[in-house]
Amino acid sequence: MHALTRREALLAAAGFVAAAARGEQKVPAGSSGGDALLAVLPGKQPLIQRAFRPPNFETPLADLAPLYTGNAVFFVRYHLSVIPQIAAASWRLQVGGPSAQRPLALSLRELKGSFPRVSLAAVNQCSGNRRGLFSPRVPGVQWGNGAMGNALWTGVRLRDVLHKARVAANALEVVFNGADTPVLPATPDFVKSIPIDRALDESTLIAFEMNGQPLPHWNGAPARLIVPGWTGTYWMKHLTDIRIQPAAFDGFWMKSAYRIPTGAFPTARFVSQETPETTPITEMLVNSVITSPTPATRMRRGEPAQLAGKAWDSGSGIAAVEVSVDGRQSWREATLGRDLGRFAWREFQLPLDTSRAGPLEIAVRARSRSGATQPETLTFNAGGYHDNRVQTVYVEVS
Amino acid sequence: MQIRGRHPGVVLAALAAMTFSDAPRAVGDAPRAAAAEVTALRDGEGRDLTLGRCIICHSVEYIPANAPAMDRAAWQKTIQKMQDRFGAPVTDEEAKQILDYLSANYSGKSG
Repeated sequence: MHALTRREALLAAAGFVAAAARGEQKVPAGSSGGDALLAVLPGKQPLIQRAFRPPNFETPLADLAPLYTGNAVFFVRYHLSVIPQIAAASWRLQVGGPSAQRPLALSLRELKGSFPRVSLAAVNQCSGNRRGLFSPRVPGVQWGNGAMGNALWTGVRLRDVLHKARVAANALEVVFNGADTPVLPATPDFVKSIPIDRALDESTLIAFEMNGQPLPHWNGAPARLIVPGWTGTYWMKHLTDIRIQPAAFDGFWMKSAYRIPTGAFPTARFVSQETPETTPITEMLVNSVITSPTPATRMRRGEPAQLAGKAWDSGSGIAAVEVSVDGRQSWREATLGRDLGRFAWREFQLPLDTSRAGPLEIAVRARSRSGATQPETLTFNAGGYHDNRVQTVYVEVS
Repeated sequence: MQIRGRHPGVVLAALAAMTFSDAPRAVGDAPRAAAAEVTALRDGEGRDLTLGRCIICHSVEYIPANAPAMDRAAWQKTIQKMQDRFGAPVTDEEAKQILDYLSANYSGKSG
């Protein structure tokens, strides 16, 4: 019989249990998804605890309502459990690799002072956002709608830093590592790469501020990568190492994780990492989330009610958000809110007719400026990625 | 004990040790509790071994959370991935006991 170690006993004594094992459960789109334990990480407001260690905490749906998602409620996603607190004064960013002709190291002060400063509003969405709504269910963190947020990121352009390191003509990929490490040496470190073209795109940043404040610890302090339009897996937190290289990076987190069936989605290709079967996830799909009403909203007959939510894509911008309240028979355009930039989400609103009592089925579909529209059906994939189905919320007017 | 929120789909479960005061704002009827390690797994043969090996690298709410996606074959694949890809210090004999435990207690896959 295996006896509990002292560490295990201490952990057990911490006084928390998970929700009992869940049975199969239908989770309406628009809800935060599944049973939820709300808990507070240091420096954060209550978030949905999907996992404590490594920390995976989801933003409650109500906190997706503001135009910018607050730092204290922004979702937290890690793969590895050893996450150092990094003192800004001792942090160094190494920039090198075989395709860097002049490798360099930068302190935070040097990073901030040596390059033009850029601010950009962008959605950061986990690749697996809404995995918990997949049918059939797939393994992984069972996220609802809240593994995403929209923030104003301030930093410097990655390309300015790369140019200072003199990018060789043979550069193919740029590889990023952060300060977080695995418990066991045998576990692959979380390291990601992006194509050189994406690295040199003017929108790709090394950010040290989020919504005007220094990056929160749980969101990558003191500096992280920002790859607007691409899913969160590439937005390396606690960034410490950048390598420019002439070959495809062959680490576990590129070759065996975060992959989708080749050709299944109309997103940017990552040719150097592609096989005939699978390819890395890259851009986000056009998508939307209904923040109000929720299934819990009590709507009274004759009282004003408003539909509200957010829509986004990978950077073409949102052209229109259409709403149906009659079982998808007819669609009306919602009013779009302020345009914060093509990588940000766009608020939408529409007054709801509450003149008749009864059930209301509200469906929302966004259309991007590139002409893509949310589909009615899921393109199933084993990783549980890219759920951008038309959002539906069921409420009762009484 | 269970706390049922206003939100029909949201059921919170927690130990009585939690405090319920001071819910800060509109996050349902959420208690404000410090995030903490989850160590509870269902009673059953192989539980202590499963807990002891899994918590080396991660807290174990992953297990009940993933149950709806899992059957014996899926657990076998996951355990093998932990051994082969993530370097989990689990012998093949232990892996079999862990598989039996997880299959018996956390296999909720339907269809």
